[in-house]
Amino acid sequence: MFVARSIAADHKDLIHDVSYDFHGRRMATCSSDQSVKVWDKSENGEWHCTASWKTHSGSVWRVTWAHPEFGQVLASCSFDRTAAVWEEIVGESNDKQRGLSHWIKRTTLVDSRTSVTDVKFAPKHMGLMLTTCSADGVVRIYEAPDVMNLSQWSLQHEISCKLSCSCISWNPSSSRAHPPMFAVGSDDSNVAYGGKVQIYEYNENTRKYAKAETLMTVTDAVHDIAFAPNLGRSFHVLAIATKDVRIFKLAPMRKESTSTGPTKFEVQIVAQFDNHNSQVWRVSWNITSTLLASSGDDGCVRLWKANYMDNWKCTGILKGDGSPLTGSSGQPTAMSTVVGSSVQASQSALNGMSAGR
Amino acid sequence: MEEVDVEPPVTNIPAAAAGKHLGFAWGPGMCSPFIHEVRKDEDIYSPILRKLFNESHHIFVGLQTIREDLPSKNKKPQFVSISKNYRSVIRACMEELQQVAVSTQDAEVATQYGDQVSILLAIELIWNLCEVLFIDAAPAGSLLLHLLDWVRLHKADVDEKARDVLQSESPAEHESYWDVVLGYVLQGRLEEARQMLVKQASLHPAARNMFKLMDTLGTQTLTEFDVKWRHWHEEVDRCLQDNSFASNQHLEAICKILVGDEDTLLEHKDLLSTWYHFLVTRLLFCHPTVKPTELHYYAQSCLTMFLDSRSAPEPLDSILLAAFEFDIHQVIKDCSIALNNWWFVAHLTDLLDHCKLLQSHNLHFGSNLREFLLLEYASGLFTHHSLWQLAVDYFDHCPEFGRVYLELQIERVPLDTERKALKVLRICEQRQMSEQVRSICKIMAMRALRNNRLGSALSWSIRAKDAAFATLISERFLQDYCAKGTFSDLDLIDNLGPAMLLSDRLTFLGKYREFHKLYGEKRFREAAKLLLSLMTAKIAPRSFWMTLLTDALPLLEQKEVSFQDTFDLQKHTCVSLQEEDIEVTKVELLRLALARNLAMAIVKEGTVEA
Repeated sequence: MFVARSIAADHKDLIHDVSYDFHGRRMATCSSDQSVKVWDKSENGEWHCTASWKTHSGSVWRVTWAHPEFGQVLASCSFDRTAAVWEEIVGESNDKQRGLSHWIKRTTLVDSRTSVTDVKFAPKHMGLMLTTCSADGVVRIYEAPDVMNLSQWSLQHEISCKLSCSCISWNPSSSRAHPPMFAVGSDDSNVAYGGKVQIYEYNENTRKYAKAETLMTVTDAVHDIAFAPNLGRSFHVLAIATKDVRIFKLAPMRKESTSTGPTKFEVQIVAQFDNHNSQVWRVSWNITSTLLASSGDDGCVRLWKANYMDNWKCTGILKGDGSPLTGSSGQPTAMSTVVGSSVQASQSALNGMSAGR
Repeated sequence: MEEVDVEPPVTNIPAAAAGKHLGFAWGPGMCSPFIHEVRKDEDIYSPILRKLFNESHHIFVGLQTIREDLPSKNKKPQFVSISKNYRSVIRACMEELQQVAVSTQDAEVATQYGDQVSILLAIELIWNLCEVLFIDAAPAGSLLLHLLDWVRLHKADVDEKARDVLQSESPAEHESYWDVVLGYVLQGRLEEARQMLVKQASLHPAARNMFKLMDTLGTQTLTEFDVKWRHWHEEVDRCLQDNSFASNQHLEAICKILVGDEDTLLEHKDLLSTWYHFLVTRLLFCHPTVKPTELHYYAQSCLTMFLDSRSAPEPLDSILLAAFEFDIHQVIKDCSIALNNWWFVAHLTDLLDHCKLLQSHNLHFGSNLREFLLLEYASGLFTHHSLWQLAVDYFDHCPEFGRVYLELQIERVPLDTERKALKVLRICEQRQMSEQVRSICKIMAMRALRNNRLGSALSWSIRAKDAAFATLISERFLQDYCAKGTFSDLDLIDNLGPAMLLSDRLTFLGKYREFHKLYGEKRFREAAKLLLSLMTAKIAPRSFWMTLLTDALPLLEQKEVSFQDTFDLQKHTCVSLQEEDIEVTKVELLRLALARNLAMAIVKEGTVEA
């Protein structure tokens, strides 16, 4: 059974993204009101807004946390064609008592000529790297060579994806068997251009990212994309939010020793759910990749789980009005909840309704 | 699991408080954006349930360490005993919950706790049956005795009523008198029934014989018993036929029950209250030597007979039926769905797996099912601020995915306090999870550094074996020294030990502090030697050379410093002077000191020689 609680976010406009930090104790929200708010969870479970500031001169589309190894760092991206990196400054003691903190801008990334639609940090084993994607189809990868100096970022890669990009996701696997890899989703609505999801992989020899795969079966606009945590498996799992929820399995095919190109993948669709019956806007995995959450224009958040036979089924629905739908009633003794379960924090947040971009 | 469009079975509950969070936001139209934080239920995870988790964890760990090489005939009693331990833990928890449920003033709490008691009752009922059928695997004869125990354990109201009746002034007149007698008979407690009947003046002498024979059930071999039982059955039947009890409807009913008349049994549905009670009673009086393999025929028919056309079987009924059919897999599956309860299926499946029962049922996912359920359960525990530590042991005993699950989840444990961080670290270090150790130490070091707690940051960097970070922090220390003239966190720096070697800068810091100590203790010769070695080893950062030179000055004045050392110091000082941009006054001072020193040295040496 779920318990929902509302937090008056106080944003003056639509909220586009909500993001938990690594430990689930802090949260950042961003809005069309051009600001970002940071929330801290107190010991009794209450969320308090500890910072609120104007970040851009346009709607802020996404906000994301860096790994805590790098300190308290946020990145945001906006319609104003920029992305920014923010760091929390430990304040004066009276600020702390009042429960406030300050965030200062460390850098603004101005390379994009169009709205920056997503911003994500790369997995921490790659260092402190930030990725953005824009409406003009360009993906940019920046690196901060000195993690103690967040004002210095260098543009390492600029990749043109040809289609307007809406979302990126890095493969979190740090296995040596897997070179760095990310997926880009496009919200281009022209169904004639197939392949709205592209997978790019880093090549050690050329020191560049090259396209490894295009998912041709995804022809509708893609709103969100998420690689599942890798549990030491050889294959990758990717969830896609488009006109429905799709889960793909990408199994790397064995490379010829002479081959220098990107890995070839065997692509299989593992599950496809159209229960939202409308556009799906967000997908998000739990820590152990055993649970996927999706949210759609039907105002619902749905939870998907695979049983031990690897069959995916819906295990929960949360409705937009905040009241949780519990299991079928009329089963007196057996239906209440007591113990157990695997659902982990779905660390990111989901948009229940249209993000209205 | 059926997929339902609007109301799916919501399973998945966290094992304890502070559940998982799903944040989702929506903005209806253009205004009033709210954030809705959705969590798994937390507040019902009372301290009582936590005790259940703690104690069952203890039993679980004990079970895992039972030696594999013991012959199975020795293991069975152990497994049965473990099963009973689990059940007693459930019962204890149930009783505590029940106490709160009845004593609380808060209606909501009472309902909540009451619900939990019902669930635990169901769980214990199922577990007990599984123990009888699967773990103890009672053969025909004792099977029925075990089933009788099972029913009796879960039907306490007969004893309650009996107490009421016996305590009344005239028990035989009590309105529940015959209910109690019949209740006893239905449960096969014939001695107690007889004692109750004694209160009734009209005890038929023949009845005594009836009861006596029944008591011999299970004390002989099956065939001997069977023969005796048949004779007895015939005798009871004869009593019925010749209307021995026609005068008393109750006694007649008892007689019919003893002969196993189904219709009479069904007339007393309210006393039986459940179909499985009906089943066991029917078996007792019709087929007491029932074999395990025959159970499911009777179970199915009893269920059908007991439920009238209006009521449908409930999930609990299906589960029990599956158990009577010895379909372990079905039991586990149905329990997982119906009870929303990973604790139960995880522990039961684990025990059944140890009994080698899953394999013998030809499930190709044998131990994978066990692991799957344990992983689910343990993952749920991980969200709780203190129960997560129990989860670690469960992951340890999941050979395929336990380690990676633990790695992924343990690094997400919020490091609220240093104590908690150390706890987490110890767990990781014990399991050689070096990447997690490094990461956690780095997070703590970073946090300390941001809050300007250099000593803490340094000690975390050392623990992380993070040379780069240690260098950075050492730099800060040295900068602080230059600015303030003193060191902070002396304790830490003084006791670095071999950790000092982690980075050059750190080594320098340690040695430099040592130099200060020596100087402070007026051990000038050693201080000079140390200073010299610091200069020669070239591990001093350039930014620090000026400071070192300034430190060298007073040393040069000291008598204890030997000529050779002085000379070397001078040499280094000169070299450094040449390479450095230093303020003019300082240069002058140094030159003066050097000159004086050299003069003194020459005089001294000259004097000695002379």
